[in-house]
Amino acid sequence: MPFIPHTEEDVSAMLGAIGASSIEELFDEIPPALKTGKLRDVPDGLPEMAVARLMQERASQDGFWCNFIGAGVYEHHIPAAIWQITTRGEFYSAYTPYQAEASQGTLQLIYEYQTMMTRLTGLDVSNASLYDGASALAEAVLMAVRSHKTSRRVLVPKTVHPIYRRVVNTTVKNQGIELVELDYDATTGQTLLPDEPGSFAGLVIPQPNFFGVLEDVHAMTDWAHAKGALAIALVNPTTLAVLEAPGKWGTKGTDIAVGEGQPLGAPMASGGPYFGFMCCRQDFVRQMPGRIVGRTVDLDGKPGFALTLQAREQHIRRSKATSNICTNQGLVVTAATQYMALMGPQGLAKVASASHAHTVALADKLAAIPGVARAFASPYFHEVVLKLNDNAKDVLRALRAQGILGGLDISAWYPELGQVILVCATETKTAADLDHYAQQMERILSKRREAPPCAYKS
Amino acid sequence: MTIPADLKYTPSHEWVRVEADGTLTVGITHHAQDLLGDMVFIENPAAGRSLAKGEECAVVESVKAASDVYAPVSGEVIAANNDVEASPESVNKDAYSAWLFKMKPANPGDVAGLLDAAAYQKLVESEAH
Repeated sequence: MPFIPHTEEDVSAMLGAIGASSIEELFDEIPPALKTGKLRDVPDGLPEMAVARLMQERASQDGFWCNFIGAGVYEHHIPAAIWQITTRGEFYSAYTPYQAEASQGTLQLIYEYQTMMTRLTGLDVSNASLYDGASALAEAVLMAVRSHKTSRRVLVPKTVHPIYRRVVNTTVKNQGIELVELDYDATTGQTLLPDEPGSFAGLVIPQPNFFGVLEDVHAMTDWAHAKGALAIALVNPTTLAVLEAPGKWGTKGTDIAVGEGQPLGAPMASGGPYFGFMCCRQDFVRQMPGRIVGRTVDLDGKPGFALTLQAREQHIRRSKATSNICTNQGLVVTAATQYMALMGPQGLAKVASASHAHTVALADKLAAIPGVARAFASPYFHEVVLKLNDNAKDVLRALRAQGILGGLDISAWYPELGQVILVCATETKTAADLDHYAQQMERILSKRREAPPCAYKS
Repeated sequence: MTIPADLKYTPSHEWVRVEADGTLTVGITHHAQDLLGDMVFIENPAAGRSLAKGEECAVVESVKAASDVYAPVSGEVIAANNDVEASPESVNKDAYSAWLFKMKPANPGDVAGLLDAAAYQKLVESEAH
């Protein structure tokens, strides 16, 4: 459906029909003190040429980096076709339509997206998406508490992204839900399961975890189920092309799987928009938030698509709805659907394997440099924590001067680890990129050892 | 006969049968299922749960709405009807044999405070206007 703004003729015809002379008169019962008036800080319009110039200048401020930062958002190659198709007029709207069934094309696309996500996660049902990975995890925590009925405690490992943990805490802290932090093993970087956890509604299982480390997801899933709790998988969709699907973890599989959808065709774009995905087993579908598209037949027996299970949603259940988030990230989901369709299972597996191989190669090169070592001895996916025998912030700044974003300094989040950086090399990095990074790292560290900054001289 | 004379009723359209052993069997009335339409899902309280009078304890969902079921009196749930969860349409077929759950009242005398068939009939008629 194209977006068609009202013309001045449309507006005056509508005003005429209701007997108002102007829009101002239509709203004249609003006291002037409550009106914002003219937006003073919004500049006047610019000609197209000036806008293009301004945008080019702004874009160039981002720089042209050789990026080795992941930490939740991953630089993957996005084939040109993806956004070419996504920005077609038929798709180019951020919203689910209000008269949903009038837009069969949009519903079919969401249905295909849901089908792909259930195949990736190995679970029965997917919703039409949520805002982002962190809020999807918060919704999963709420869902676990709703489903469990007796306990309002949820176990969240420290190996879950620190920002995700903050978002979850913000969402649930005033709802009488207790988040219990689980520590990790200092040598493996894997979550430690407590001997006496007490009663809890759910266990969050990150795979790979924030350190890039692979957790023992089968043992964690079975442990949660043995304690009568739900198992919540927090996964990176790219890795699911080669790692076991959450639906296959342990004896019964996880109950819920959530994560950040950005790696599936969304550019990093200074932080968004991205989308969160959420899948679950059939048993929990009525506790799942968000919209769900189903396939059905019309009066003539022809196939069609419709929103389904709407009794969970706010327009029917009001304050008792499973969630008041119904706006999905439609456009980014459109891109993700094109991305998954174009890559196929084999293409996605190639991306995952290449990202893993590049990160392993880079970690080996870097860990061979004096003053750099891997922080954990466990298998990892496409991210690795490196411990530096130097100040992480200073080393990263020196790398940046060489055009390299060498990783994320996570020392402040995990002070017990010392000076540590989180490094990622996706399929977009070449062997030459990896060599260049390793050479610069070696040069910077040896130079700093030989001639430390004045402040550190004794 | 859509309002059996031998049952008790609540203003929120639950029916209650007092069994010989003093336990209560609870369901939703024919009138309630008629308003809701074709049932697609029923969620019952777990056995052992203690309920306060008026507490939301079950959910009945039809093709057009989802509605809460309220505890008619205070007490403890002693059984939930798994058959009705497996085939929610049985509530539409016969609302009075498709019970939802059984409970043990905290105070057997509370049952006297429920509506009888005539009072419930009057309530349904008044809501129709």
